[in-house]
Amino acid sequence: MNGDVRIWLSAGMRLQWEAAQSAYVMLYPEGMIKLNGPAGEILSRCDGRTVDGLIADLQQAFPSADLTADVITFLEEANTKGWLRTTEGDDDG
Amino acid sequence: MASVESQVTPAANATPIPLWLLAEVTYRCPLQCAYCSNPIAFARYRNELETDEWLSVLDQARAMGAVQLGISGGEPLLRKDLETIVGHARELGFYSNLLTSGVGLDETRLGELKRAGLDHIQISFQADSSGPSDEIAGGHHFSTKERMAQAIKAHDYPMVFNVVMHRRNLDRVDSILQLAWDLGADYVELANTQYHGWAYHNRAALMPTREQIRRAEAITQHWREKVGNRMQIYFVGSDYYDETAKPCMNGWGTTFLGVAPDGRAMPCHGAAELPIELPSVREERLQAIWEDSHAFNVFRGHDWQPEPCRSCELLHSCHGGCRCQALLLAGDAWATDPVCPKSPLHERVVREVEAADERKNEFPLVMRTVKNSRSLS
Ligand code: SF4
Ligand code: SF4
Repeated sequence: MNGDVRIWLSAGMRLQWEAAQSAYVMLYPEGMIKLNGPAGEILSRCDGRTVDGLIADLQQAFPSADLTADVITFLEEANTKGWLRTTEGDDDG
Repeated sequence: MASVESQVTPAANATPIPLWLLAEVTYRCPLQCAYCSNPIAFARYRNELETDEWLSVLDQARAMGAVQLGISGGEPLLRKDLETIVGHARELGFYSNLLTSGVGLDETRLGELKRAGLDHIQISFQADSSGPSDEIAGGHHFSTKERMAQAIKAHDYPMVFNVVMHRRNLDRVDSILQLAWDLGADYVELANTQYHGWAYHNRAALMPTREQIRRAEAITQHWREKVGNRMQIYFVGSDYYDETAKPCMNGWGTTFLGVAPDGRAMPCHGAAELPIELPSVREERLQAIWEDSHAFNVFRGHDWQPEPCRSCELLHSCHGGCRCQALLLAGDAWATDPVCPKSPLHERVVREVEAADERKNEFPLVMRTVKNSRSLS
């Protein structure tokens, strides 16, 4: 996944913070996945910004280690699961 | 209508949260499906909850942490206040799923529901064409459903295409999947009949041969390979044939809270048929119902389990199976579900399956009509 690819959550997916579960959850037709801390931090930033932008922002919030590789692995996995919509492959991507 | 709330994973916390709220807003329905999971006595449910009462149920459930809302029936579109209920659910942060036959839907309502914040629509089909559809659901609704499925996609909803599978439509699975594909379904749920409610009455007419199921599964697998992720297909087996007890509700009182049209709270879809008193949201707060009522505690946890479940290594994954099925097949809601090969009564299920294999003549269907409901209950 290239750094200039833009990412959103797929249509029908909704991410929200659930106080009752103290976690971000991903909601989709008739189902729910409870996310761990890092997954929640990444997915809550999938709002149309680029992969590079997302990583820079996370890096600022969590400056202690280099997050690039982990974030990209996670995004690619999330993409295979159908959670994301990206400009990858688009002409203007 | 089938549901897939098992996809909602229960939280690992000590206090269970009713993550999945099912609002059965009415049992009225223009269809008469012979496999309907509504109570046989549905016609005796008068006195549907008023709009305000439903809104209060939503408020209370959301405050307890409920997050998925299923709106079903009967046909939920018969409630004129559906848009209000959906709008309120959206404000509260529910993910709302409308489970509909598509009959009663039109472009205007689709637009209004969209504006109100409805997240997803599950539309049920009975077959791939009108003849076999009408036969199992009564009336002539097939072309309406087709049009409505197209309109659902035109309004940009994620669409689940649901079909209850049985003896009379399993051989049509290829053209059923073709129809789902042509209509642009995002998910397809081929749900083999669960023999409760009306389907139990119609077992002889609905139970397929094992060969029919095997073939349908193979065809489904071909489709999966062909369409990949573009249309996700679930083939939900029948426990009679799979010979494994289903984990009823993910565990009683752990995840699921249903509310019947008249406000009775249900720990499982079929709870109205069980010999337990159901508490009403008209009389008690939802939290007290969830935490303290007899109905929600009677099968909670595993202490009530009889043998062979009590000492079975699978107890924590299957919870001893379905209570409604135990009642129907063993005459005792506390018994091990007879679909489990370890049940001393398992032979009863095997006999039914074998009989379906050997059956030559087809049985007539008992339709889910008001008249039949009254005479059977
Ligand atoms: S009759 Fe058919 S459409 Fe109506 S509630 Fe029952 S299963 Fe659903
Ligand atoms: S014996 Fe009971 S717990 Fe064990 S598999 Fe059968 S139903 Fe489940």
